[in-house]
Amino acid sequence: MVQAMENNPPRKRHIPLRKYSRADIYIRVMLLIFTLSTIFAFFIFNYKGFELKTAIVDTLSNIKIMILEPGLSHFSWGEAFYQIGITVGLAFLSTIIGAVIALGLALMAATNLSNEWLSKIVRMVMAFIRAVPTVLWVLIFAISAGLGSEAAVLGMLLHSVAYLVKAFSEAFEEMDSGIIEALRASGANWWHIIIHAVIPTTFTYLLSWVFLRFEINFGVAVAMGAAAGAGGIGFELFMASSFYFDLREAGMITYFILIIAILLEITSTQLKKRFFPAKA
Amino acid sequence: MIDNKLKRSNWHIWFFLIAIVLFTYGSAAITQFNVVEGMITLPDALLWMLSNLFVTGESLAKLPIILAALFETIFTSIAATVFGAIIALFLGLFGSSKTMINKPLMLFSRFVASLSRNIPVVVWALVLLLSFGQNSVTGFLALFVGSTGFLTRAFIESIDEAGDKSIEGLQATGATYFQIVFKGVLPQCLPQVISWILFMVETNIRNATLIGILTGTGIGYVFDIYYKMLNYNVISLITLCIVVAVIVIDVCSNHVRKVIL
Repeated sequence: MVQAMENNPPRKRHIPLRKYSRADIYIRVMLLIFTLSTIFAFFIFNYKGFELKTAIVDTLSNIKIMILEPGLSHFSWGEAFYQIGITVGLAFLSTIIGAVIALGLALMAATNLSNEWLSKIVRMVMAFIRAVPTVLWVLIFAISAGLGSEAAVLGMLLHSVAYLVKAFSEAFEEMDSGIIEALRASGANWWHIIIHAVIPTTFTYLLSWVFLRFEINFGVAVAMGAAAGAGGIGFELFMASSFYFDLREAGMITYFILIIAILLEITSTQLKKRFFPAKA
Repeated sequence: MIDNKLKRSNWHIWFFLIAIVLFTYGSAAITQFNVVEGMITLPDALLWMLSNLFVTGESLAKLPIILAALFETIFTSIAATVFGAIIALFLGLFGSSKTMINKPLMLFSRFVASLSRNIPVVVWALVLLLSFGQNSVTGFLALFVGSTGFLTRAFIESIDEAGDKSIEGLQATGATYFQIVFKGVLPQCLPQVISWILFMVETNIRNATLIGILTGTGIGYVFDIYYKMLNYNVISLITLCIVVAVIVIDVCSNHVRKVIL
């Protein structure tokens, strides 16, 4: 020890103030990638018929009309509420049917409740379904099932199932393994474990995920109405802004959508606060 | 007493189930959706997909066009997310109760975020389309507005979780507001911020397809053209390209997330 000290006499050494860990390097690289891609993006944009100044002035005046002078001209208030009902209905149906299907699949996908192969297969199929945008699902279903609520619900359903299976199976996997083990030791079969332990302990989690998905599906249903002819308030919005160029009506429809979206968001935040007090 | 509690919770569950069944019936009635018919269509549709949606050599010739459009869409989404994240970072700092400057500014930034998040991206796209026209900027701006709203909510939560101790410690040493934010709060939430940005990029690529259909840009537009031409081989190639892109980005961002979080 003493010898070592003598061999290496104390010298002025630079003390590193910071040690770069792998995480730091990754963060820096990611920031660099984001910056470069953003700059690159502006070079490859297609600027066909784009004039910044007039566009901004026009948009602001359009938004002003939408905010300040909303009104209905092509349909009545009753019709408007009926269309909103359709959109909410589409969202509700695809959420609730999706939740039921997802519950079954999630039991197969959770690694602690299922075997390895089954769980891997279910996960891969779900990852594939999730990767296809919802609008493509709806349009693809529309070819075979015809335009209408069936195609819209089925398309949104697939995406909801994939999303909920991921959320549900994670909730199942986070469960206390002791409970399952204790039941197994007492001779309970798989169904007993699911019905008496897994579902009751995770029920509130599942419920708030389902509601969150309902909130997302409302937005999706509006989008499907506009882009995939699924009907509902989204279709009326598309007609008002791109067909009749009626900004007052578009403004009114935006108000309707906004009010419902905010109501759903408040409800879902309240549910979260009530069921996950630690996380909220 | 336990019995009572059980009975009460039972009653709640029954009430809840009946409400759901009623809602389902109501929704099915208003949307004219036939549950049975719908369920029968599903296997039919899947069978149709299997027999019609495949990539042929002919459609592979369209690959350069598709990849160019996909490229545009991916970079539009990244740019929109990054711009959204920059604005959202400021809104998040003003909006979090820990780093707020004053109450009106906090309420203002939360209000802006709520408005841009709760008005669906479709509405922004349609409104912007009227004056910006059919080009990438329209899609970029629509995605930007939506991302800003969502990311602000996420960033506010991340900043709130950052912990009072470091802020308090810095305050005790007499650090200014900017020093606290740039040396204490931001470095602490940076991994979470990046993780949210990655999530948003992925979501935006899917949304960009939808917006592309409406505004006539990127991969959505190409899909729409071949969809209307009933060229199923090309649309299955396009879908496949999108799936590959999304899954590659998903795998990469999961890897990054694992390292930084």
